[in-house]
Amino acid sequence: MAMTVIWTGMTALSLVCALILGNQSQLAPAAMEGAAQAIQLGISMAGALCLWMGVMEVMDRAGLAGKLAKLLHPLLRRLYPDFAGDKGIMDTIAANVSANLLGLGNAATPLGLEAARRMSRRSPGIASDSLCMLVVCNTASIQIIPTTVAAVRMAAGCETPFDILPAVWVTSLLSVTVGITAAKIFSKLWRD
Amino acid sequence: MQMVLDLLVPGIIAGVSCYGMAKGVDVYDALLQGAAKGLEILWRILPALVTLLTVVAMLRASGALDLATQVLAPLLGVLGIPPETMGLMLVRPISGSAALGVGSEIITTYGPDSQIGRTAAVMLGSTETTFYTIAVYFGAAGIKKSRYAVPAALCADLAGFFFGALTVRILFG
Repeated sequence: MAMTVIWTGMTALSLVCALILGNQSQLAPAAMEGAAQAIQLGISMAGALCLWMGVMEVMDRAGLAGKLAKLLHPLLRRLYPDFAGDKGIMDTIAANVSANLLGLGNAATPLGLEAARRMSRRSPGIASDSLCMLVVCNTASIQIIPTTVAAVRMAAGCETPFDILPAVWVTSLLSVTVGITAAKIFSKLWRD
Repeated sequence: MQMVLDLLVPGIIAGVSCYGMAKGVDVYDALLQGAAKGLEILWRILPALVTLLTVVAMLRASGALDLATQVLAPLLGVLGIPPETMGLMLVRPISGSAALGVGSEIITTYGPDSQIGRTAAVMLGSTETTFYTIAVYFGAAGIKKSRYAVPAALCADLAGFFFGALTVRILFG
């Protein structure tokens, strides 16, 4: 529904704006051109996207996600102190985080949801501090190789689509750190 | 540094394949199945790409984007964020495919190696669809009182936009 409002608002806005600024003649060709561009973009990013999804699948089957999960346990116990003793939940969260790191969004979401469901049993209907932390960590992106973005850059004619990797890593890390810090601070300040 | 980046992609492809084979994985079969998943993803996002690129092209042709960019330039300029990325920042927390559509329009229009194009790419790669994720998680867990989850998650998004612009400025000057 949110997208309905955004789409309708944007089309109406461009119509009104074009009329006021006298650009109305350019609107129709732009719309057709934009739609055509989307398919061109899709086709030119398809190859890179498929290749990387294949490499990710190999990583997944080779058990790299499980390896990562093991490495993550000490960190996760600190983020979720309330559930540090619950092996089932900690394992699920570790698998969720490592799937996110490898960019396996389809595998990460069901794992995260399972952890959320189990956490909510302790405080039905209310988001506990740990549940808020889980959600905040899942709304931050921590993908090691942002394949889709690289595919878009390549489709746009970039010869080194991965030169943004260091910037993406630093930014993701800072963003998730700010999210975690904010969650920790809010958990102390929040009154309900 | 250039050497590392040159070898990164072939290194990952060959390295992962060797590791997989050593672990007894049918590497080729996994590659094919992953590639098929890639096609599925593409199939799923194409309709959204069409609608979003259409409407962004309309906004650009109408002059509305230029206008909004000019109005917001001083504010975003203080934070060091290119105002051209404003559209991306607005849709990023709401819809993943919309963000991909708007982001790829920016990357194509300004060029993937421009400051603006790189900033858009980093923003796209280091943030998530916050509202959608929160809705899915709290829906699945039956949560009515979300407490501070939304403001904390939005802090992470804002930090992603700000630091995305900053790191691109530092690393690519």
